[in-house]
This record gives sequence, structure tokens and C-alpha cells, in this order.
Amino acid sequence: MKVNDMILQTVTTLLSFIILIFSVYLFFAGHYTPGGGFIGGLMTSSALVLILLAFDLKTFKKIFPINFLTVAATGLLISILTGVAALFFDVPYLTHTFDYVELPILGETALTSTLIFDLGVYLVVVGVAMTIIQTIGESE
Amino acid sequence: MSLIHLVILSPLLVAVLVPFLHKYFKKIHTGWFVLVLPLVLFIYFLQYLGTTMSGETYTSSMKWIPSIGIDFTIYVDGLGLLFALLITGIGALVVLYSIYYLSKEKEALNTFYVYLLMFMGAMLGVVLSDNLIVMYSFWELTSISSFLLISYWYHREKSRYGALKSMLITVFGGLAMLAGIILLYIMTGSFSIREIIANVDVVTSHELFVPALLLFLLGAFTKSAQFPFHIWLPDAMEAPTPVSAYLHSATMVKAGIYLVARMSPVFAGAPEWFWLVSGFGIVTLFWGSFTAVKQTDLKSILAFSTVSQLGLIMSLLGVGSAAAYYDYIGENAYTIATLAAVFHLINHATFKGSLFMVVGIVDHETGTRDIRKLGGLMNVMPITFSLALIGTFSMAGLPPFNGFLSKEMFFTGMLKAIDISAWNMDTFGIIFPVLAWVASVFTFIYSMVLLFKTFTGKLQVEKLDKEPHEAPIGMLIPPIILASLVVIFGFFPMLLKGVIEPALYSILPSNVLSVEVKIYHWHGFNTELFMTLGVVLFGVLLYLSVAKWGKIYEWFPQKLTLNKLYDGGLIGLERGSAAFTKSHMTGFIRDYLVMIFGFMVVLLGVLLFSTGAFETNLTNVAPVGLYEVILALVMVAAALTTLITKSRLTAIISLGVVGYAMSLFFVLFRAPDLALTQLIVETVSVALFLLCFYHLPEIAKEMNRLRFRLTNFIISVSVGLVVIFIGLSVNSSRLFESISDYFEEASYAEAGGKNMVNVILVDFRGLDTLFEIAVLTIAAFGIFAMIKLRLNDKKGGVKGES
Repeated sequence: MKVNDMILQTVTTLLSFIILIFSVYLFFAGHYTPGGGFIGGLMTSSALVLILLAFDLKTFKKIFPINFLTVAATGLLISILTGVAALFFDVPYLTHTFDYVELPILGETALTSTLIFDLGVYLVVVGVAMTIIQTIGESE
Repeated sequence: MSLIHLVILSPLLVAVLVPFLHKYFKKIHTGWFVLVLPLVLFIYFLQYLGTTMSGETYTSSMKWIPSIGIDFTIYVDGLGLLFALLITGIGALVVLYSIYYLSKEKEALNTFYVYLLMFMGAMLGVVLSDNLIVMYSFWELTSISSFLLISYWYHREKSRYGALKSMLITVFGGLAMLAGIILLYIMTGSFSIREIIANVDVVTSHELFVPALLLFLLGAFTKSAQFPFHIWLPDAMEAPTPVSAYLHSATMVKAGIYLVARMSPVFAGAPEWFWLVSGFGIVTLFWGSFTAVKQTDLKSILAFSTVSQLGLIMSLLGVGSAAAYYDYIGENAYTIATLAAVFHLINHATFKGSLFMVVGIVDHETGTRDIRKLGGLMNVMPITFSLALIGTFSMAGLPPFNGFLSKEMFFTGMLKAIDISAWNMDTFGIIFPVLAWVASVFTFIYSMVLLFKTFTGKLQVEKLDKEPHEAPIGMLIPPIILASLVVIFGFFPMLLKGVIEPALYSILPSNVLSVEVKIYHWHGFNTELFMTLGVVLFGVLLYLSVAKWGKIYEWFPQKLTLNKLYDGGLIGLERGSAAFTKSHMTGFIRDYLVMIFGFMVVLLGVLLFSTGAFETNLTNVAPVGLYEVILALVMVAAALTTLITKSRLTAIISLGVVGYAMSLFFVLFRAPDLALTQLIVETVSVALFLLCFYHLPEIAKEMNRLRFRLTNFIISVSVGLVVIFIGLSVNSSRLFESISDYFEEASYAEAGGKNMVNVILVDFRGLDTLFEIAVLTIAAFGIFAMIKLRLNDKKGGVKGES
């Protein structure tokens, strides 16, 4: 007999988007309010885990045909390269910079290179969390 | 690098070629190629005789490690030259002998000659080096090459045993000597023997004088097989006979003698030196000759005989050292002891070398060395018999051979030793001549046993493996040369004047002005001559009645021998270390944790209270609010539940409670980022715990309360207390202002962020974060690898999952 998870699955389709958006908010808000790459990443993975729980591994893989180890590695690479970029400006490794820029839609915005570094953190956390959960889930 | 450096290193260089010669000239015995080298070297060293006879020395230096004063300095004086001539001369004879002794079809000749040349080079280096560190390097090389030569027939267990024993004992002594060298360096600031001798006043008045002296003697005694370190020499007789003849009679065992002689100008004059050198020498002399009588193996007899003769030389050097202290009886009374030592050194090398070769011939031609099986070989092997006769009579100290002369001088030296009035010699001095005489009687007995038990009596062909016959001429030439030297030196001892005199000048201290070597065969009717007559008389009597008194050897308790002590010591060491390792390396992680935490408590606790760092200062403590109290109570309750619950599930849940309470604390203490992270991380880890619990094998899921162990309880409570004390002390004494003010100001001004925590994480301390995410990635890869990459065996089962 197949278990009917309709309520859970329906709620999940709605909730996961909200969680995902909240995690993106946490990520971007990190510089000024509580949040940042780490929490944002964890929150994103919790949305993904919710999908994983409501459906199953196969479906999840169909929706996200991603190797999460690659995600983690990419994140690490981004963070490292952010630091390397500083070397081209004759400043020490991992020196960051920021400036206020006039963007087309958002108006005056503070853009900072730490955001790119944080993006690396974010990707690593998502990749690591999902890799662990996925591999343990797949093992017999 | 001068020619003489090349000369000393030439055996090592030629050793490199030996395997090639052996491989490409298979038809010619490799020994013939090797033979050239010691011959050339011997002739080369003869050239230096002129230099040393005129009282000159030759020095040549080459930089090795100049920054710490280690130079490869060659110093040729009388003593070094004497040894160099012995090494190369007997080396040439031994190589010639080995050509006939070792079969070119059956034996691994390439390795044999490589080891032998290594040894020859090392020995030359020992006796001609002026720098102590260089000498030590060569010294250890002699130990190593001797180890290799003893275990030449490595498939025999006894060879390996003997090699290991000699290695352990001689290397032990060698390391002691190294320590002595370092002490001398501390005292004088130089590794050069000549410079140390020049600064001898500094050495003798220094407080490290006696330790250095003891360490040097330890090196000399182990190498020269002095009591009680002589036990390795009889076991080294498992080596091929040429090796025994070369290393264990003529050269290596005399390295210790050389060391004592060489260091005499530094240490002689001290009562410790006199008593140790002459005392151990005389005891070794007696014990070696006494033990030699009961041996039944020809080489064992010779081994103990060597031990005994080395003791003789050593005791003479000891008595000779009195010359450095004072010299009031007649003219240079104690230099005669040193003279006797040098003279006997040469004599012993000649007759013992020839005797070993004779024994090798007997072994080679009859297939046994057991005197119970041998006998009546006189008519079968007349030449060998004549050689043995010359060798043994010289060893026993009978005229007209050279052994007689050195024995007379030995008695003279020992009799003079009574006259020393210092160092308690007036009380104990009489021991020396008495022991010397008794030992000479035993020397006479075993010499006769060696000769007559082997060559006279009835020939027992049925007990022998081979039909005995005379040896080939090539095998006889080396012992013939040595035996002729025995006779020549016996009749014309003054031939050696040119060699002995310069050697004496190297050994004796500078306050002895002149020594004239006078060795005559006839010295009138004096005490020494009567002592020799007594030796012969008692020797003959005891030899004839050996069946009656020989039983005293059985009285000695077999369990108390030095060999038993050595073997037992080794076994005890192994067992002891195994037991010690087992006692703390139990293999249980629990035990290791107990040790680690125990040490932590002891170290930190003792440090905290002994340095007075513990203090409680509650002035800057914030007021405690109601929420904190409630949260703390919840946390303590949850923690206690974790400890005392029966079920693991409860433990996991209460651990989760602790985690969530922790994040509430973060909220309370205004750390929103930490609170958020802690919440999510705690959730994930509880989920992982549950996963582990779900997969536990059924047996382990049994409900069991944690077993109470008193040690664990005490240690955990004390760890907690120590950590609390440290926390309190740290909080009570704030030495510096915190740097957090800077972050508060700079986070917006310089980094453009208002979330200070995040700014610190990604900007101020971004490097930490970088490596933390690296850690996370590694963990993910690790988990992935552990789960996915399990090696499947062919049946589909999973390996390595136990």
C-alpha cells in the first residue's frame, strides 16, 4: 500500500519557496543584520531537505540534477579566489573593499567584495550539508 | 687531501671494486687481487720508520667539518705506525691464507673481501687519526665490519648469535667512548689528541676528569674483551678462521689496547687509571687463562687465551702509568712495564696469528676442532706441528722464543709494582705478582693442552670426517712467516728497537725524558727467572694431573656465568619492556582517555595552585537574572539525564535539550547569529545521532544504564573542577583591555558593514572562515568516501566493515 503524503507534499511545495526566499534574504542581509553565508546556506539546505523528505531521493535528483560535492568545491574555490583577487591590487591576501554604486533598479547600493566571499561560504555549506544527507540516505 | 689520506681510505676504495673483480674474473680467486693492497700499504708504511725512529712525527690535515673543529687529521707517530704495520702486515698474510682457506666455488668471496677491506681501512683510520671524532667514526666502522665478518656464514644460528653479541657489547662501549670524547671536548675545546695532551693540566684539574676517564675505559675494555666484557670474544669464534686470526687476535681486539696507550699521556698518573687498567687487566689475565684450560674446542682455547693475553698487556700499561706519577726507584723503573706491553703486543700478534692459522689448518684438514677427537697428528702434519710447537711455546713463555722475553719483562713489571708506595699499593700490591704468576701457570697448561692433545697420542681416524693430510703450501706460508718472526724476535729482539722506541715515546708522558730499549735473552739469575722455572715446574705437574684437579671447574655454578647473565639480561630487557608496554598500552580507548585526562588534571591543577594563579575576584561579575537561572537549571537537568538514563534515545533527546538551551542562552546574551546557527546545527546533529541509533545492531540496543566506575567518576569530577577553577581565575584577573572596541568602531567605517559578527567572520578574520569551510568540505568528502568507496570483494560482500 502506498502512503499518501498529499498534504505534506502540497505544503512542501509552498513552504520550500518561502524558506528558500528567507534563506536568500538571510544571506544578503548578513552584512547589516543577523544572517550571512553560513546561516543562509543551512537554511537553504533545510528547504532542500524538506523536499527530500516529502518526496523521495529519485524525485529530488530529478529536480536538482546537481552533484553537491561540486557545489561545495566551487564554493571553496570562490572564497579562495576572492582572496587571490586582492593580490592584483597590491594589497595583502583576503583584503576586501566596498563602495556605494548606483544600480539601475535598486538605486544606491553598497556593494562589497565580502559578499562574494560569503557566497563561497554559502555554497560550501549547502554542498556539504546536502552531500552528507544524500550519501547517508543512499547508503544501505 | 694528501697521499696518506688516500692510503688510509684505499681499502675502502678497493672494496668498491671487489664485487666487479669477483664477477668478471671468475677463474681467479678474488683474494689474489686483494692481496696486492695490504702488501703495498705495508711497504708504504715501512717508509715512515725512518721518520719515527729519528723522533719525528708526520701530520697531514684535511678539512671535514671545520666549523665544529672536526678535521680528518692524520698523525703518524711511533704508536700509530706500529699498529699500522701490524694491520697491513698481518692483513697481507691473512689474505694470502684466506685464498687457500676459502673455496672460490663454495663461498661468497665478494662479500668476504669487501668486509675484510672495510675492516682494514677502518682499523688504519682508528690508529692514525688525530681527531677523536674521526677516530670514533672509524672505531664504529670496525665494530660494524667485525659484525659482518662474524656472521659471514649467516645461515648458522651461532654465527648470528655471536655477531649480535659482539655488536651489542662493542657498540655499547663505543658509545660510552663517544661520551668520553665529548667530555674531553668540553674540558679542552678540542677534538685533537695532540692538543688535548698539550692542555693536559686543564684536563687533570677538571671535575669531569674522572667521568671522562671511566667512559674511555669502558670503550677500551669492551673492545679489548676485558673482564667482564670478554664474553663476546669466544662467541665470535664462529667467524671463518682467517677472520679470527686477523680481527680477534692481532688487530681489532688491540684497538682497546691502542686506546689506553694513546690516552695514557692524558689520564696516566691518576690513581683511578692505574687501578682500573692494571686491576681489570690482571683479573682478565687470570680469568682468561683459568677458563681456557677447560675448553675443548681449539678456537675457544685460543679465544680465552687471547682474552688472557690482552689482560696481560692491559695490566702492563696500567703499571706503566705509574711512571707518570713519580719515578724514584732507579732509572725509569716503570717504563719497563710499558716497554713490556709494547713488546708483548708485537709478540702476541705474531704467535697468536700463527696459532689461529694452525688451528684453521687442523680444522680444514680433519673437519673438527674438538680436542677430544683429535690426536696423533704429529706424523701426518709435521710442518703444522712444528708451527704449533713454536707458537704454543712462545705463548707459554719458554725460551728461546719471543714470548719468553716479554714474559720475563712482564714479571719484572709486576714485581716493580709492589714497590709503588702510593694508592694503597703497599697493602694490595702483592696481588699483582701472585696473580701474574698463577695466570702464567695456567697459560702454560693450556698451551700444552693445545699442542699435545692435538698432535700427540693416538690418531683417531674413525672420529674424523676427512682423511687428515698436510695442508697445501699456500696455506702454510703465512703461519711459517709468523712463526719465523717468533723465532727471529726471540733471538734478535733488538731488531725491534726501531719500532718499539718511538711507540714508547708516544705512550709515556712527557716527564719521562729518555728510554733506552734493552732486551736481552739472558739477564742473570734473578727472581723473574726463578718464577719462570716455577711456572714450568708447576705447569708440567698440573698438566699431567689435570684429570684429578680438573673437577674444580664443575664446582662453579652454571647459572652464575657471565654468559647466563648476558642472555638473561637480554631476555629480561625484552620481557620487561614488553610488560611495561602492555601495562599501559591496553588497546582500550577508555584507558587512554583516563590517562590523558588524569595527566591534564594533575598538570593543570598542580600548575594552577603551585604558581598561585588561582584566585576568585567577583567584582566585575554581572548580576544574575531569573532567565539565566531557569535556563541553567534546565541545562543541568538535561545533562544529568544524559548521564543516568537507561535508554540511549533519552540520552540523545536530552542532549538536544542541552543544545537548544544553549541557543537560548545565546539569545539571552544577545548573540543572534550564534543562536540561529546553534539551532540549526543542533537539529542536524540530533538527526544524525538518531540515524546512528537506528542503525545500531540489536545487541547494543539493550537498555543499559551507564556503569558506574569510581576512577572515571573521580577523573571527570576533577576535570570539571579544574576547568571551573581555571575559568574563575581567568575571569578574575583581566590583564588587558579587550580589542572589541576597535571592531565596534571599524566595522562600519572600514568594512562597510553593521553586523559586526559577520564582518569579523568574512572581513577582519576571513582567513579563519576560509579554512573552516575547507574543513567542512573535507568532512563532506570524507563521509562521501567512507560510504561510497567501500571495497567490494568478488562475492559481493563488503570488506572492511567489521
